[in-house]
Amino acid sequence: MELVLVVAVVLTAAMLAVGATLAVVRVERGPSMLDRTVAFDVLTTTLVGAVALEAAWSRRTETIPILVVLSLVGFVGSVVISRFAARERPDEGTGRGRADAAAEGAQRHQAERQERGAAVDTEHHGGSPDGEVR
Amino acid sequence: MGGEPGWVTAVADALAALCLLLGGFLALSAGVGVLRFPNLLARVHAVTKPQVLGLILLLFAVALRVRSWPVVAMLALVVAFQLVTSPVAAHMVGRAAYRTGKVGPEDLDLDELPHGDDENESARGPSA
Repeated sequence: MELVLVVAVVLTAAMLAVGATLAVVRVERGPSMLDRTVAFDVLTTTLVGAVALEAAWSRRTETIPILVVLSLVGFVGSVVISRFAARERPDEGTGRGRADAAAEGAQRHQAERQERGAAVDTEHHGGSPDGEVR
Repeated sequence: MGGEPGWVTAVADALAALCLLLGGFLALSAGVGVLRFPNLLARVHAVTKPQVLGLILLLFAVALRVRSWPVVAMLALVVAFQLVTSPVAAHMVGRAAYRTGKVGPEDLDLDELPHGDDENESARGPSA
C-alpha cells in the first residue's frame, strides 16, 4: 500500500514539474503580455498543486493556508495585468489618447472650481447646499 | 485517524493516490496546452479547465490523506476561490485580448462583437 502511494507521489511530482516547465517556456516565449499572464497562472496553480502534493505525502497541515493565499494572489495578478493591458492601446475605449484625457480632466477641474466659486455666497458664509465641497 | 480500521486507511490512501495521479495529469495537460496551442484564446481555454479540475483532484487527495474537518474546510475554501476566480480571470484576459487587437478574425468562428465594442464604449460615455 505504501509503495502504491510512493509511486503515485513520485509520478505526480514529475508531471507537475513538467507542466510547470512548459508553462515557464511559454512565459519566456509568449508573444504578448497576456500570453505570459496565462502561463504564469498555470505556474501559480502548479505551485499550489505541488504544495498540496507535499501536504498529502507528509500529512502536514500547516502549509494549507499557503494554498488559500496563493490561489487568491494568482487571481489578483491576472486581473490587474488584464486591466493594464486593456489600457495599453492609446486609442482604446472611448478613442481618447492620454493627452486628450489629461486635457479633459484639467477642463473639468477648472469648470468645477468656477462653479464652486459662484455658489459661495460672500454674505452668508457656509452658503447654500450648492456650495458644498464635492 | 487512530480509531479507524485498517481497511479505511488503505482505501482512502488508494483513492488519494488515484486522485493525485489524475490531478497531476491534468496539471501536465494544462502545461502542454499553454505551450502548444496556437493562439491566446485557445491557451486560455486549455488552461482554465484542466487547471481547476486538476487542483480540485489534488486537494481532494490531501483531504483523503489528512482526514480532519478543519483541513477539509480550508481546502473547500481554496476550491471555492478557484471556481469563482478562474472564470473571471479568463474572461478578463480574453476581453483584454479582444480589445487590444490580439485576437484576429482568423482565430474566431463567430465574432459576436464585430465593430460593436467601440460603439458600446462611446455610447456608455467617458465614465465607462
